[in-house]
Amino acid sequence: MALKDSVSRLLQNDLIALEESAGCIFAEVPKDKIVSCLSSLRDELGFNFLSDIVGVDNSALYEAKAKKAKKKKDKEGEENETPEPERPALPRFEVIYLLLNPDTNERLQVRIRVPEDDLKVQSITSLWKGANWPERECFDMFGIRFEGHPYLRRLLMWDEFPAHPLRKDYPLEGMGEERHLIYEPEGEGHWT
Amino acid sequence: MGPVKQRIASEDYVTINVGPSHPAMHGTLRAIAYVSGETVLGTDLEIGYLHRGVEKLGENLTYHQFIPITDRLNYCSAIANNVAYEMAVEKLMGVEVPVKAQLIRIIMTELSRIADHIVLVGILGVDLGAFTPFFYLFIQREEIYEIFEWYNGARLTNTFGRIGGVESDLPEDFETRWHELKKGLEKAIDETDKLLTHNRIWMDRTIGVTPISAEDALSWGFTGPCLRACGVKRDLRKDEPYSLYSQFDFDVPTGKHGDVFDRYMIRMIEMQESMKIIDQAFDLYKQLGPNEPLMAKVPKIIKPPEGEVYHAIESPNGELGFYIKSDGTDKPYRIKIRPPCYMIFQAFDELIQGEMISDLIACLSSLNIIAGELDR
Repeated sequence: MALKDSVSRLLQNDLIALEESAGCIFAEVPKDKIVSCLSSLRDELGFNFLSDIVGVDNSALYEAKAKKAKKKKDKEGEENETPEPERPALPRFEVIYLLLNPDTNERLQVRIRVPEDDLKVQSITSLWKGANWPERECFDMFGIRFEGHPYLRRLLMWDEFPAHPLRKDYPLEGMGEERHLIYEPEGEGHWT
Repeated sequence: MGPVKQRIASEDYVTINVGPSHPAMHGTLRAIAYVSGETVLGTDLEIGYLHRGVEKLGENLTYHQFIPITDRLNYCSAIANNVAYEMAVEKLMGVEVPVKAQLIRIIMTELSRIADHIVLVGILGVDLGAFTPFFYLFIQREEIYEIFEWYNGARLTNTFGRIGGVESDLPEDFETRWHELKKGLEKAIDETDKLLTHNRIWMDRTIGVTPISAEDALSWGFTGPCLRACGVKRDLRKDEPYSLYSQFDFDVPTGKHGDVFDRYMIRMIEMQESMKIIDQAFDLYKQLGPNEPLMAKVPKIIKPPEGEVYHAIESPNGELGFYIKSDGTDKPYRIKIRPPCYMIFQAFDELIQGEMISDLIACLSSLNIIAGELDR
């Protein structure tokens, strides 16, 4: 496909993987190069429309896969003694930027992986104004911190909420959080 | 302190809190306006009052169980949400939907587009003090909901369609019913047009109010009628033709200035274009026999292969997309909804700066912000 070629030609060494899933093209780039990659995609390939930013917590997926592999190993057990070489674990979170080229109507999904011990990602609010709320929501739901964001506060949950609800270890029923409205006429707390 | 309040240098302003439960706010939105005289210096926005955790719920329900939840996103045009979600799952599974089911989906989606635009035009009129067109239009909206009710028993939250097709055929005398409705709709749109479009007061209140340039609109992620009002000819039905839209002949109206008047005008024209599409779709539908299949062959328990997909359709408000990640089980691993008005509402502060406080409501109304899909 022409799009795949031009993307791999443009990003060259920054491209970790380029895969296709159900007709959608996903390009993976290093976490610390996301701003430069997206700005070159925008300026040179015409992907100048940001649809949305998606956060994903992959921890449950990795656990299920490890369980499956272990079960399979136990089944084969004694017959097959050569263990598979252990691959390095993939980072827990991923952030996917949904891009669109309005002239050619091509869509490209750019993925970065974010490890749990380093939840910092460069903000792209300098490239698209519309990245503001999606980044705030991603911080709200997953706790990924976007550096350089003008106002990184919770968007959908209230400010004092203690957890990040879309993480897989957060229960569906919630953890019994209650919101206590504190009225401060001109205080430091909530917006006045 | 909100981000906008920090920006305002002058000390000479009054804070006016509009919402979250205010008769003129469309749903539970909160805008904190900083006003000097009657001029708005800026607005801080607070959303999330209607956050129900739809995406988290989706991870714990099976693929079919999630369809009724999508009704509760944009409740003015629930069918468009249902279809968008079903098409995303079908794309993930690689299912080809039978032609008859696709035509029924198109007819129903376009009807819901008309209903959505009627809500916008009617309520915009009410917000600006024009009460009469509201009645002319809402009688016809009622007729559209009668058709929905007749089809599967629900008026607002339709739970239309299944993954792989639709559940039932159109009712037998749909044709006579549609022609009646069409007559009424044309008359109501015409009357509204006569009452509003060239009305001196209406023009004063809408022309040149809260305009936005095409570059800014694209940078903010505008889609749908609000983007087309700025002069960008972009409609997913034409640009990324899904379903059978490439076979239909219809126009995509565009505006020039991106102000309230253009947003209103785009919707008025789109209602007529939608009627054209329904006519063409029904002509195609009539050529099909009564025994054509309505469902593709899908298993009872939907288990899409491992993978991820993003699929977007042109909902009445703009690009409505679903990102779905499947891990091969019967429940989606992650669902992310891309509602159109979420990206549009971000720009509200930029739109309203320097305008009058009474235009705040006009602007909000013309953007068609639905709290259900904004907060999810």
